[in-house]
Amino acid sequence: MDNRANNKANKKRFELPVWAAYIINLGLFIAFISLFGVLLSSGALPGFITKVAMLIGIQVILAVSLNVSTGYLGQLPLGHAGFMAVGAYASAIFMTHTSIPAGIAFPIGIVIAAAVAGLFGVLIGIPALRLKGDYLAIITLGFGEIIRVVLLNIDSVLGFKLTNGAAGLQNIPKTTTFVNAWLMVGLTCFLIHTFIKSRHGRAVLSIRENEIAAEACGINITYYKTLAFSMSAAFAGAAGALYAGYLGILNPSSFGFMKSIEILVMVVLGGMGSMVGSIAAAIALTAAPELLRAFDNYRMIAYSLLLIATMIFKPSGLMGRYDFSMKRIIENAINGDIFRRIRKSRAFDKAEGEGEA
Amino acid sequence: MNKLVREPSYNLIPERDLGQTPILECRRIGIDFGGLSAVDEFTIAIGRTEICGIIGPNGAGKTTVFNLLTNVYRPTRGSILVNGVDTLGMTTDEVNRRGVARTFQNIRLFKDLSVEENVLIGLSNSVDCSVLASMLRLPSYWKQEKKARERARELLSIFNMQDMCGAKAGSLPYGAQRKLEIVRALATRPGILLLDEPAAGMNPSETAELMENILKIRDSFHIAIMLIEHDMNLVMGICEGIAVLNYGRIIAKGTPEQIRNDPVVIEAYLGKEAEK
Repeated sequence: MDNRANNKANKKRFELPVWAAYIINLGLFIAFISLFGVLLSSGALPGFITKVAMLIGIQVILAVSLNVSTGYLGQLPLGHAGFMAVGAYASAIFMTHTSIPAGIAFPIGIVIAAAVAGLFGVLIGIPALRLKGDYLAIITLGFGEIIRVVLLNIDSVLGFKLTNGAAGLQNIPKTTTFVNAWLMVGLTCFLIHTFIKSRHGRAVLSIRENEIAAEACGINITYYKTLAFSMSAAFAGAAGALYAGYLGILNPSSFGFMKSIEILVMVVLGGMGSMVGSIAAAIALTAAPELLRAFDNYRMIAYSLLLIATMIFKPSGLMGRYDFSMKRIIENAINGDIFRRIRKSRAFDKAEGEGEA
Repeated sequence: MNKLVREPSYNLIPERDLGQTPILECRRIGIDFGGLSAVDEFTIAIGRTEICGIIGPNGAGKTTVFNLLTNVYRPTRGSILVNGVDTLGMTTDEVNRRGVARTFQNIRLFKDLSVEENVLIGLSNSVDCSVLASMLRLPSYWKQEKKARERARELLSIFNMQDMCGAKAGSLPYGAQRKLEIVRALATRPGILLLDEPAAGMNPSETAELMENILKIRDSFHIAIMLIEHDMNLVMGICEGIAVLNYGRIIAKGTPEQIRNDPVVIEAYLGKEAEK
């Protein structure tokens, strides 16, 4: 009886229309970008903060994108930095060879980076995703290293001098700014959120939950695994493009195994399957070493200790699979605090009424 | 070739199905695991709205048959036809899209997802909305999503579970989890539903309710149902045809009445009544 009454009461809950939730989120996002944009450009904050803020944005994109294949798809790829490298090189080559003004070329460069990295994701994903668990980790680790080693050893492609081998690429236009980096963060989060809250995203989640059952439900496992994996790669590529525009120089050695691990630590620490967890962990783990430069040498030790501590005390990560929803928070605030008393009395009336009937 | 005819091997077919393509047909399928032949010479044809039971002692190969029918295992011999189409070389999800849905003996729900999401995943293939349209939240996404959610509620209401939409599937009581699995299977719009021990762990009143619901599902969805079950009240109560498996082979086929009195079945599975 009590349960039913509660359910009845729940139906009467205030529900924020979806469009209103979207507008509120968009408004908050724009407010955040413009507030920090103005603060940073006006010089109220020290200059290096801008650098750190851009780097955080890039790391957030990397963590959120890796979360698609670890958190949502439930696989453990270890070659994320490889896709970032592909994207970074693709966009850098485009940016250094194009004659379009940098302001217009940069978005195009990001799209190219995402497309090329996504394509690599498909190519690597099709053979790699036939494996599971540790084996997948090892094969993706291998692919990530292959990408790096190829970039390190190849100067020219088909006679065109493109990648420059170990010397890397120089003089890439420094087009990444706080605003465009964080706009990309917003876009990434939006697209991944809308993907996961759709028929296709649910199919991806079902593979994580139970592969056999997903198959029995008519979910094409191979297709969705490859889709999620290449989507993850594509956003990593976009982050790579931002990274290229942030540094101005590219060197294959910056996309090594340690970079992949760094991103993975963020996802695991934040909670696999929680976007807000990935974001928070990416911010914390990028800001902390930058602000504590003096201890830079101990970063990897700190990472491993952090990872061990997480595994022991909270294996699901800080946020578990919790997902942040502004809509839910607003609804709870309104329902919980303002109307709680009214709702309770209503539920009580309902329960009594039904009891008589 | 695919029309049902009265052959000695097809004695499970009620009169109403004569002349129609069976929803599912197995022609002498068999599978070997190493030297062991787990299922052999399995021949059966299921009519469009038939309820068929498979019984037999533990390890007789009942679940293996289900795995063969859904292409989880590839048969070593013989062929399986769904709706007249040979499923050779199809993947499990393709077989599902052809109309075979199943539940599992050890419940396999998407435990961390909500009840509604579980059903929505079953409905996945009837939601027509591209990846791009859903990522950009185009109007087609909203339309299709709304339709799917309504349909999910409708399906859940078969078992009176529409109010549990938001609950995590893993937190449901055991009986409800079994029901949810059936709902999820129904959501894939099957032509035949394979139920692997649907009444396992249920008390007599729950089993009685389940029997009613199985009949209700057959009548409202016009689908065939094939079930593995050890509860003889359920099997004898609702099945129109029963096949008895022992050591991977069908040892008897027929109506519940015939099976109950078959000396071979009594010897192998049902057991003799205690002598007084």
